[in-house]
Amino acid sequence: MKIHEYQAKEILRNYGVPTPRGMPCTTVDEAVAAARRLGGAAWAVKAQIHAGGRGKGGGVKLAKSLDEVAQHARQLLGARLKTPQTGPQGQPVRWLLIEESVAIEREIYVGLTVDRNRQRVCLMASSEGGVEIEETAARTPDRIHRVLIDPFAGLRDGEADTAARAAGVPDASIGKARAALQGLWRAFDATDAALVETNPLVVAAGGDVVALDAKISFDPNALFRHPDLAALRDFDEENPSEVEASQYGLSYIQLDGDIGCLVNGAGLAMATMDIIKVYGGSPANFLDVGGGASAEKVTEAFKIMLRNPQLKAILVNIFGGIVKCDLIATALVEASRAVGLRVPLVVRLEGTNVESGKKILAASGLPVIAAANMADAAQKAVAATRGAP
Amino acid sequence: MSILIDRNTRVMTQGITGRTGQFHTRLCRQYANGENCFVAGVNPNKAGDSFEGIPVFATVREAKQQTGATVSVIYVPALFAAAAIDEAVDAGLDLVVCITEGIPVRDMIRVRYRMEGRRTLLIGPNCPGIITPDEIKIGIMPGYIHKKGPIGVVSRSGTLTYEAVWQLMEQGLGQSGCVGIGGDPVNGLKHLDVMKMFNDDPHTEAVVMVGEIGGADEEECARWVKSHMQKPVVGFIAGLTAPPGRRMGHAGAIISGGQGTAAEKLAVMEECGIKITRNPAEMGKLTRAELR
Repeated sequence: MKIHEYQAKEILRNYGVPTPRGMPCTTVDEAVAAARRLGGAAWAVKAQIHAGGRGKGGGVKLAKSLDEVAQHARQLLGARLKTPQTGPQGQPVRWLLIEESVAIEREIYVGLTVDRNRQRVCLMASSEGGVEIEETAARTPDRIHRVLIDPFAGLRDGEADTAARAAGVPDASIGKARAALQGLWRAFDATDAALVETNPLVVAAGGDVVALDAKISFDPNALFRHPDLAALRDFDEENPSEVEASQYGLSYIQLDGDIGCLVNGAGLAMATMDIIKVYGGSPANFLDVGGGASAEKVTEAFKIMLRNPQLKAILVNIFGGIVKCDLIATALVEASRAVGLRVPLVVRLEGTNVESGKKILAASGLPVIAAANMADAAQKAVAATRGAP
Repeated sequence: MSILIDRNTRVMTQGITGRTGQFHTRLCRQYANGENCFVAGVNPNKAGDSFEGIPVFATVREAKQQTGATVSVIYVPALFAAAAIDEAVDAGLDLVVCITEGIPVRDMIRVRYRMEGRRTLLIGPNCPGIITPDEIKIGIMPGYIHKKGPIGVVSRSGTLTYEAVWQLMEQGLGQSGCVGIGGDPVNGLKHLDVMKMFNDDPHTEAVVMVGEIGGADEEECARWVKSHMQKPVVGFIAGLTAPPGRRMGHAGAIISGGQGTAAEKLAVMEECGIKITRNPAEMGKLTRAELR
């Protein structure tokens, strides 16, 4: 689960990581009032959207007067910000963060994430602050210093100091950098984070170490023990169909093709998308109905898929193992009647009680296109989008 | 011969008093030699009870001492699952199969840290389990689709594994063993660990390796296959069409920072001599072709 920069900074401050003083706001007047209250002669005006690459997309501006604050705020609020991570349609800006400006001596990159291979949290520090870590990793991998953190002992003093030095923090600021890095680790550990990143973490003119930017995302499996963090979720930043699907226990991700997929199991769901592509089609979504595949779940899944104006066919691919195919066939029939399908429905059922499942579909009178296997299903679905029967 | 488990394995169920634990313990008992294999249950609050003749013990250690069970299967809810694995490891079991989905990564990092240097092996979490066809199944896979034979199957997913098994059966190919290693980012046995076991197993003639986007386990396994594997390996990776940065159902199925794409994995696997297919309907046929 992603959160905004202003929320991430609030969390970091709670764990002793200094950040610039700042205020989130949603209107031009609030932005100007925030700048006035912060004082000083220059402010950063930062668009708050969940996608990264905001700097490149023009979402971070420096204002040298209150007029400029107003001007930037007016330009950003309500606009669709396009960054390398938003896709071509951009993401609407609803929140701004107004911050005091900081005189920068040196910029470094610090990020914490789970190293899957080593099964530890890994702290990465690099002197290449402000540059995306993937770029640094590709071009100058030796400039990334890595620390695998002992989950019980945490980030040790010596490890933090070595990382700070490797990233180019001057001797006079090592103590402050250590405190910041250990704060980042504590924030990661205490919040069940999946990612904590500050790019850049800066050494300011007076020697202070400050997180100029902050990005945090949380492990969705751990949110049950952090209701305060779960409350930070901004539904405006997410696809409404995906949010609705999650409320029914469906794992749904919208894509840009025209064949809707309804599958049980995440791996099989991905494989179904892939095989559609193999036969020249394009999947409209990823959808895992889970093990249950009840009539209620299938009905909701159909409704959500049918809301997509691009949808031209639905492919159902179910491997009934423990869940029996006749029960799934009944659920499909009920759901099809309940929603009034407007597109061709291709069904591939396999597994336990498959013959009686197929009979139920055939006897339903619904125009179901039966498929013998995955390849047959994908070919029939692709043909259906091209108007073939 | 088989890998990890056979008809003589004795198993305890952690979470035998829950609905899922009971449902699947019953099905596992009905499969092949399961009646003799599933000998104990564990629940700290229900010691002395029994479930369909299976005695329930307060602790894993006690269940092990009383019944000789050396393997456990875990169905307890995500909140308690990490502690359940810890307990099984502390009791010195040979193998723990954790079916539970949704365990926080932070908990699994601590579990794996505590497991360093211990004898216990872990399969999962968030996995269907393991089966040695016609002998024993430990987990939630449908038993009847399998048959004993020469093919080893290792996979990160559930239903996609059943699909692979189904295709093998359509080619008349049974399995020496099928291991679902699970869809979580931090887990126990990896593709590589299971591949080594199949390589050493005299009854395995070829291996089907089913992976998905995220992480680098498949690549690591492929590099080992290139220099060590003595049997043909067939591979498929799910998620060629998955968008980057999105979690595709499984917690571990995510392309992050351009890493863990299906295209990259397939390229490395192909380079390492694994017969790959980009068409998930061809796994069975390709395996049949490799055996000739």
